[in-house]
Amino acid sequence: MRAIPGVARAYILLTAVCAAACAGPALRPGTPWWTVALLAALYAICELPVRRRLLGRVLGGAAPVMTGAFFPVLLAAAFLLPPAAAALVAVPGALLGRVERRPKGARRLWRAAQLSVATWAAARAQALCGGPPPLGGGADGAGAPDFPYVLLPTAAAALTFWAVLTTLDRGILVTAERMPPAAARRGPLLHSLVPHGVHALAGLMMAVLWRGPYGPLSAFFVLLPMYISCWVLAQYHHERAAHQATIRALVQAVDIKDAYTRGHSERVGHASVLIARELGMGRGRIEMLRFAGILHDVGKLGVPTRVLRKDGPLTPEERRVIELHPEYGHEMVRGIDFLGEARAAILHHHERLDGSGYPHGLAGRRIPESARVVAVADAFDAMTSTRSYRRGRPVAAAVAELQRCAGTQFDPDMVGALARALDRHGWRPEVTADEPRGAGPVPGSGGAAGTVGGVGAMGSDRYGGPGRAGGPRGNVPADRAAPGVAEDRRAVGSGAAVADDGRAGNGDAAANSGAAGDSGAVRNGGAARSDGAARGGDAVAARRTAAGGPTPHGGPR
Amino acid sequence: MSAALLGTVPRRGRRRAVLTVVTVLTPLGVYCAAGALAVAALTHTLRHGLVEPRAALAFGVLIALGELVRGGALPGEREPAPLGAAGALAYTLLGQNAGQPTGHGVFQTVAVVLVGSLAGAAPHAVRSRGRGLDHLARRLIAVGFAAVCCRPLYGAAGLRERFGEGPGHAAVLLLLPALTALCDAVLTALLLRARTRHPYGPLLRDELRALPHLGSAVCATGVVIALGVAVAGLWALPVCCVPLLVTQLSFRRYAAVRATYRQTIASLARATEIAGHTPEGHARRVAELSLAVGRELGLSGTELTVLEYAALMHDIGQLSLVDPVPKGATALLPVVEQRRIALLGGAVVRQTGVPAAVAVVVERQADPYREQPLPARIVRVVNAYDDLAGECASASGPLDALERLRLGTGYDYQPEVVESLARVLSRGGPAPGGTG
Repeated sequence: MRAIPGVARAYILLTAVCAAACAGPALRPGTPWWTVALLAALYAICELPVRRRLLGRVLGGAAPVMTGAFFPVLLAAAFLLPPAAAALVAVPGALLGRVERRPKGARRLWRAAQLSVATWAAARAQALCGGPPPLGGGADGAGAPDFPYVLLPTAAAALTFWAVLTTLDRGILVTAERMPPAAARRGPLLHSLVPHGVHALAGLMMAVLWRGPYGPLSAFFVLLPMYISCWVLAQYHHERAAHQATIRALVQAVDIKDAYTRGHSERVGHASVLIARELGMGRGRIEMLRFAGILHDVGKLGVPTRVLRKDGPLTPEERRVIELHPEYGHEMVRGIDFLGEARAAILHHHERLDGSGYPHGLAGRRIPESARVVAVADAFDAMTSTRSYRRGRPVAAAVAELQRCAGTQFDPDMVGALARALDRHGWRPEVTADEPRGAGPVPGSGGAAGTVGGVGAMGSDRYGGPGRAGGPRGNVPADRAAPGVAEDRRAVGSGAAVADDGRAGNGDAAANSGAAGDSGAVRNGGAARSDGAARGGDAVAARRTAAGGPTPHGGPR
Repeated sequence: MSAALLGTVPRRGRRRAVLTVVTVLTPLGVYCAAGALAVAALTHTLRHGLVEPRAALAFGVLIALGELVRGGALPGEREPAPLGAAGALAYTLLGQNAGQPTGHGVFQTVAVVLVGSLAGAAPHAVRSRGRGLDHLARRLIAVGFAAVCCRPLYGAAGLRERFGEGPGHAAVLLLLPALTALCDAVLTALLLRARTRHPYGPLLRDELRALPHLGSAVCATGVVIALGVAVAGLWALPVCCVPLLVTQLSFRRYAAVRATYRQTIASLARATEIAGHTPEGHARRVAELSLAVGRELGLSGTELTVLEYAALMHDIGQLSLVDPVPKGATALLPVVEQRRIALLGGAVVRQTGVPAAVAVVVERQADPYREQPLPARIVRVVNAYDDLAGECASASGPLDALERLRLGTGYDYQPEVVESLARVLSRGGPAPGGTG
């Protein structure tokens, strides 16, 4: 738990004092206390955690509904009550409502104060625009609401409510979360404004019905569609998160199968986005290219693990099998509609501009644009990333190499775009799959193993049998058992490195024209920290495998 | 004859007769009723002219617009048209317009809904004819039901005072939409049964379970529109529709992301086939057949989703093997090996963000059936069936496979599940594997 900074404390207190000042005049005689109590109780019931659980069960969804579903109650209060009284309506609900994170007391107080001030301002704004309440009934109880005209104060109230809420929110982000003011100001304006407009219309309808001959009871009907809408939206976010997890799982499956290139997919996605942005593509295409980069090697799932992990030169037959991976990948993602153009990128990312690539040997502009982007990103990351048997090359050297091959292998436009983007933004890819390695430089350290273990489950044969996975090193990914044994062989000569790079395709081939020497030189030095971390576990895993587990791999061929 | 071996001969004739009634007569009856209602409503309205044409026009336009913007359901699910439904319900319930009593009767209500729906559904009808017809017939019958229940209450002077305003009105507004929704659910399940031949109980349960979601929003909006128009006149129409429109949009996004998610799961499942671990189409066949068996056994809703995802991904543990299982037929492996692969698969599935229940099913798929949850029993039987039927590619493959499953019902396979599978197959369910 983190203490609240003093500034934030002062800011919250100040807002609370403002809220108290707003609500103060309600103590004078003439406040319709029954309406206040009814609306406040309604809002409180809506925000109570118990109600959430109950309704959640009826609807059968696990996802909690976000706050904001019940703003129509507050806006209805702004339409129905004098400003001071309206400010009181939010208080019980905000104080009783559920708070996700600590410190809960301060968050509750903040929420109550913020909503009070915003409701007060909305009530004030609609009173200024409308003069006497034009909602039928009004103070003297005469006539139907004056309809097209009523929309003007409604709009004013919605705008004010939104403006006050967002301003106060930014303030708390800056003071409590120490976010720079510029970052706090960001965020799509329209996205937050539209829901408030909808809430205001619902609030207006509540107010109209409340004042109408059918009485307050009928006003509650308005809340149900709003609640369902928020519930559906929450389900949407839930489902989307699950979908992203599934894509990640696909990527992790590849990363672990081809254990030397961990994190490669995500970094290629990142580099593809850099290029696409530099080329001025639209948001949709940029997102699509991110997926193309992330999933470009997904077809390696179809290549036998034994071939992918083979050390030493590949036979022509094995090389042919590996060169099938773009087609396998395309075959796998063919059914995923939203990937769109990314599917072409997956199929053609090993094509070369001079037509000597695979699988179709396309040349020049006949290679889809997305594939040309991913090809450059792929090659760039293959050169700059540190692998267990060689150190990555510096960014500048990699770019120089790309530029040398531009025109024959790569599209010069894409290479130029990548170079410009790197000049502007630098190259600091943050890859989730990479973190455990950086975190655990000590061989076999528990921390690293724990995090990788979750990932490692994907490709590992680690359940030698149920129960065998226990013990302190139980979650060290035993898929390293195969490379672990092989690692020593690899260290014998640099030929293995060349062969391995050669089979990985265009990027690594470019890298190797000058890199074979330095990969050999560095291998025994500090650059091998990542496999050092693994080897502690590998020894155990290998011994376990050798002891007669049913795992088919582990022995050198 | 193959059916003889499947053990369904004695009941075959009766079953076929029942199926004919269900598949042919139910939709026919529903269409006839809806058609008669439509004709009666149109002739009556044409002969007597429209009462309060402005309100009729406004609601007609609202219903047409609602039909126009519908869409967004997954293939195989029904498309919701909440705005159109809410508009139709509101027009039925409308007792007053800006304080003045309304006078449209049952026939005019049905006619306005019919014309509005037809106008809005025309573009959709071009795309998918049969479904559009179902939808329209259901709508007409539901509206007719609601109108017959409530329009007379507003007509007679004595009743109007009791039900047109005050607490009586509130009761009508609470009860009637609920009744209409129930009636609609029953009808929808009937029509679905006719089309898909799935058992009626689970279908009805699905429909009833879906009611609190969009159904309640539709009913509430219908009531709000009726009340809002009663108080504020026709201006209330657009204002009241906005929340529901937002609901519909979020629903559409939800449906879209669900579709994408399902496709991603399916392609993850295909990974094993492409890697050569399993025969071509194995995961898809097992998923389809498992769904059919699950329905036969009375599963519905979320349970079916869990079953489908688990069936799609049941072999995913094989991705972790360095050497593929010969022909991918896990059912032919030693039990210990089967369990090990199942556990590996469960570990993979846990990372994919699907509900934890799916991972449990995948993990337990190789256990003896008495220790398994029901979806795992289904996946186990269907997977074994597909492996066995694929192994012997001759014409009698499916029957041999079933016989071998029946021999294993003492310990491995649950007898009820095997018999459900036999029933599904005897109806000509999804074709078994065999290409290998």
